[in-house]
Amino acid sequence: MKLNRKWINEEFVDLSHVSDKEYVETMTIFGQKVETYERMDSEIKNVVVGKVLSIVRHENSDHMWVCQVDVGSEEPVQIVTGAQNVHEGDLVPAALHNSYLPGGVHITKGKLRGVASNGMLCGLSELNLTVNDFPYAIEDGIWIIEEDCKPGDDINLVIGNDDTIVDFEITNNRPDCYSIIGLARESAAAFGQTMKHHEPVVNGSEAGSMYDFLDVDVPATELCNRYSSRMVANVKIAPSPKWMRQRLRANGIRPINNIVDITNYVMLEYGQPMHAFDYRYVSSGKIIVREAEEGETLTTLDGNVRSLKAGMLVIADENRPIGLAGIMGGENSEIMDDTTTVVFESANFNGTSIRQTALALGMRTESSGKFEKSLDPMMTVPAVQRACELVELLACGDVLDGMIDIINYVPAPKDVPLEPEKINKLLGTSIPEADMVQYLQLLELPVENGVIHVPSWRPDLNLMADIAEEVGRSYGYNVIPTTAFKTSTKGGYTPVMQFEAKAGSLCRSLGFSEIITYSFVSPTIFDQIRLPQDSGLRNTLHIQNPLGEDTSVMRTTALPSMLDILAKNNAYHNKQAKLYEVAKIYLPVEGQVLPEEPKILVLGTYGSGESFFTIKGELECIFSGLRIPKVCYEADQTNPSYHPGRCAKVSCNGVELGYIGQIHPLVAKNYDIDAEIYCAEINVTKLITLQLPEATYVPLPKYPTVSRDLAVVCDDCQTVAEVENVITDAAGKLLRKVRLFDVYKGIGIPDGKKSLAFSLELRADDRTLTDEDSENVMRRILTSLSEKLGAVLR
Amino acid sequence: MKKQLEQIQQDAIAALNAADSPAALEELRVRLLGKKGDLTAVLKQMGKLSPEERPVMGQLANTVRANIEQVLEARKTEINALVLEKKLADEAIDVTIPGNEVKMGHEHPMNQVLQEIKDLFVGLGYQIVDGPEIELASYNFTKLNIEEGHPSRDRSDTFYFTDDDSVLLRTQTSPMQIRVMEHAKPPICILAPGRVYRKDEADATHSPMFHQIEGLVVDEHITMGDLKGALVTLMKSLYGEDAVMRFRPHHFPFTEPSCEMDMQCHKCHGTGEVNGQVCSTCHGEGWIELLGAGMVHTEVLCGCGIDPEKYSGFAFGMGLERMAMRRTRINDLRLIFENDVRFLNQF
Repeated sequence: MKLNRKWINEEFVDLSHVSDKEYVETMTIFGQKVETYERMDSEIKNVVVGKVLSIVRHENSDHMWVCQVDVGSEEPVQIVTGAQNVHEGDLVPAALHNSYLPGGVHITKGKLRGVASNGMLCGLSELNLTVNDFPYAIEDGIWIIEEDCKPGDDINLVIGNDDTIVDFEITNNRPDCYSIIGLARESAAAFGQTMKHHEPVVNGSEAGSMYDFLDVDVPATELCNRYSSRMVANVKIAPSPKWMRQRLRANGIRPINNIVDITNYVMLEYGQPMHAFDYRYVSSGKIIVREAEEGETLTTLDGNVRSLKAGMLVIADENRPIGLAGIMGGENSEIMDDTTTVVFESANFNGTSIRQTALALGMRTESSGKFEKSLDPMMTVPAVQRACELVELLACGDVLDGMIDIINYVPAPKDVPLEPEKINKLLGTSIPEADMVQYLQLLELPVENGVIHVPSWRPDLNLMADIAEEVGRSYGYNVIPTTAFKTSTKGGYTPVMQFEAKAGSLCRSLGFSEIITYSFVSPTIFDQIRLPQDSGLRNTLHIQNPLGEDTSVMRTTALPSMLDILAKNNAYHNKQAKLYEVAKIYLPVEGQVLPEEPKILVLGTYGSGESFFTIKGELECIFSGLRIPKVCYEADQTNPSYHPGRCAKVSCNGVELGYIGQIHPLVAKNYDIDAEIYCAEINVTKLITLQLPEATYVPLPKYPTVSRDLAVVCDDCQTVAEVENVITDAAGKLLRKVRLFDVYKGIGIPDGKKSLAFSLELRADDRTLTDEDSENVMRRILTSLSEKLGAVLR
Repeated sequence: MKKQLEQIQQDAIAALNAADSPAALEELRVRLLGKKGDLTAVLKQMGKLSPEERPVMGQLANTVRANIEQVLEARKTEINALVLEKKLADEAIDVTIPGNEVKMGHEHPMNQVLQEIKDLFVGLGYQIVDGPEIELASYNFTKLNIEEGHPSRDRSDTFYFTDDDSVLLRTQTSPMQIRVMEHAKPPICILAPGRVYRKDEADATHSPMFHQIEGLVVDEHITMGDLKGALVTLMKSLYGEDAVMRFRPHHFPFTEPSCEMDMQCHKCHGTGEVNGQVCSTCHGEGWIELLGAGMVHTEVLCGCGIDPEKYSGFAFGMGLERMAMRRTRINDLRLIFENDVRFLNQF
């Protein structure tokens, strides 16, 4: 909401002694945050009123003129102009040497076809004005000033730029502040002053009663709380006076003519949008406020044909819509130069309905912007009265007797008790009751016998806490003592958070960097990672109104997000990437409104040194760090996203945790990656259930460990896990550790066979093992390997 | 024989001092003191001596042996030192050669800032909690006193999953206030960080997914002064003891009174100008908006079954991205979600 300070100073509360900076800071701290503020004269510098003393034809030009201009200094200034509407004796805007015009245009002296010109005479557009601002001036040519001014006067004063525009961020709970009066009230209270009020007075005329001309019917009672209307006859359309034009211009509204300007002026002043209909086009003199029928059309004032939907609120006559309620009038009833009879509308429409219609039609206007805040229905009458008062002030018509005022709501006076003790308890203050009363009265909230009579324009004040805010901001939020509360609670993380944090720190210690990716993905990702059409992961939650297809489904797998980031890094020519994310996935659950949101640890790598066994070793390390007991890796050829020969399903105690492997080359290709990619996906939510309890000390061995190496030749197709299981089973409890250290195929080993070398550690808790003990174990192992797998000692 | 012994001693000492390696020394020891050595050979002649001479010669022989052994030991120490010195010289390396590469992973800069904030609050007695991102409209809006028809409920602002707009992607972490208050009894002291979603196109300062941190304290006698105290403590920890804060009245449907907190711009120190130019950090305002907060709304407390006559509370919410960007000078929000390793490796 924009406001020009001069208007407030002149009409409501004189704060002209307060600097802009102080005003803005005080208002902000008081609760009316200023977004920006700007002096209106900041753009135009060193432009003055000049009086043309003489004007002669340029010696080298048949269209330029050389003027001697009195600019208030001792000597006249010579300025060359190409305009044809300047005459001796005219007052004109003269941009002197080293002057500035809007848009940063810098004017300096120079020569035009050999003749010195010490500045420039300006037209309206060069001063960022239009003929709407100064209706007597012409569009193409110099502005011949008809204002009360003299040579040398700063042009800013003539224009009315000696003002500051302050742009406030108004919060939703304060619709009253979308008006000059509302902000004047806040300004007065912020500076501890009382504002002047003005009750509109309409004298009336001999021109008759509006009841003889107009009938209003409001069938749409739900969408129109109040419809107040008065009429003006014998209208003489003309420009409005300068003071009104200036206030409109300062607030960004283009002056048009007296009647339209009055409606806009009242909208700014009271915050109540108004509309003026040309009575000639209100068919049968009947206004009907009703819901539109599907497919009805209306050409709005901006010339656009609007196709209406059922339920949109329109102002209609007996035959057709003549206005889009609260948003924009219809072209068919627009005020014209020859309009003679006017109907003023001052209504209160349902904010949500107006907002939704404006949104649906893509035409948010000044008026709809105000209505959507839900305005005070008590404001319609003062506003229409003020409009009529202005008509009389401007002498542009005769106000007819009578007012039509249709009320579809029950006005409820609202009293809220003033509870000083509770307020102080909530704020942590000890403000005396008398001070509170004074604060409230400055805000025009009358207090009587401990009860606040809340005015209709403060719908936000209902409870003690609402009053506490008014008291608090008047007292000063920054004055409220800063304290430390005494609640003693134990801070901490949930076990799940601790587990995730541990997993993350393990990943980083292994060289993985953390990524953060979007939770929503494109539905095409399932094809990209080659999921079959019937895959359960394709059962996703769809966002009904996504930003785009690319972010329209909630991910059910975190792999594509990782692949996407790896692909980006590859595209940036990063030679290596080693990344992890603890990513939520969103799984719909039959019969449940909200989905499950488990978390997945995703690892992803490419680059030199990366391999299946690198990432597997890292994953093993993570499991070990998280105290996950023996994890099982099983060859898996069914996961279509992974290389069928280089993928393992990962499980623990029968709980499936996820997959690890090389990404299928076709998937890599889908992501435009030519490198080998290795990934692992582990369900953290399941993983945490498998965590071993906290470690406790086991006494260190008292007796020495015997180390034995064992190399056996077995069929190539046998897995290390199978061989290892046979060894472990056969060895018995003396075997403490077995670890593969070599796989060999080639010279000395028959085709179709391979040699596996293991290092074994044997130990007893109660004695030193003898050679015989060890030999027995080794013999049992070899026998079992031979019997079960046909493997022999190499 | 005495002469022989003295000669042996003289020769031995000369030879020992001339020896220059442990091997030469060992060879000398054997030759001089060994079973077949020079001294032994002389001693074998003892039998020929008279009983009177024998003890005298014996003593002399022992003295000679002791002398030789002493010199031998001394020389051994010397030679060992020389040998070690040479070995160390031979083993010298170029210590400027870089160490063997160990790859280190990096925590995402935003999570680094988040972790710092969480740790800070844990120290202040806050329990960190989290909850669903796909949320019921009742939690995200209704129970937070955000009425039907409120603009933030519009489909142009909020992502929905159902025709009746009852299930959505949470637009704020505030529904965690409700989830906690519905199940826990005061005293409540929680911090709920998490992902939130709004329908904004991604650009340098917007993202359809971003992170918020929600704080909630409910107990008897909680005041607005306590809210100020908690937030000032937080900001001084994050931005330094000399950070200057101010509180402004504001409006949120689920707190009353409500406020926003600003920090004085660290670049222009609140003047709004740097070298005569509008300060680029605060855009001339002199202040940087940090967060929104307020006393938990009476209606919200009631809705969660907490007696507003007995209990009061405060809540605050802040955007993590902006805070992290300010701390790390990241100037484009998109970098955060792009995850370029050249970016990640900087932190």
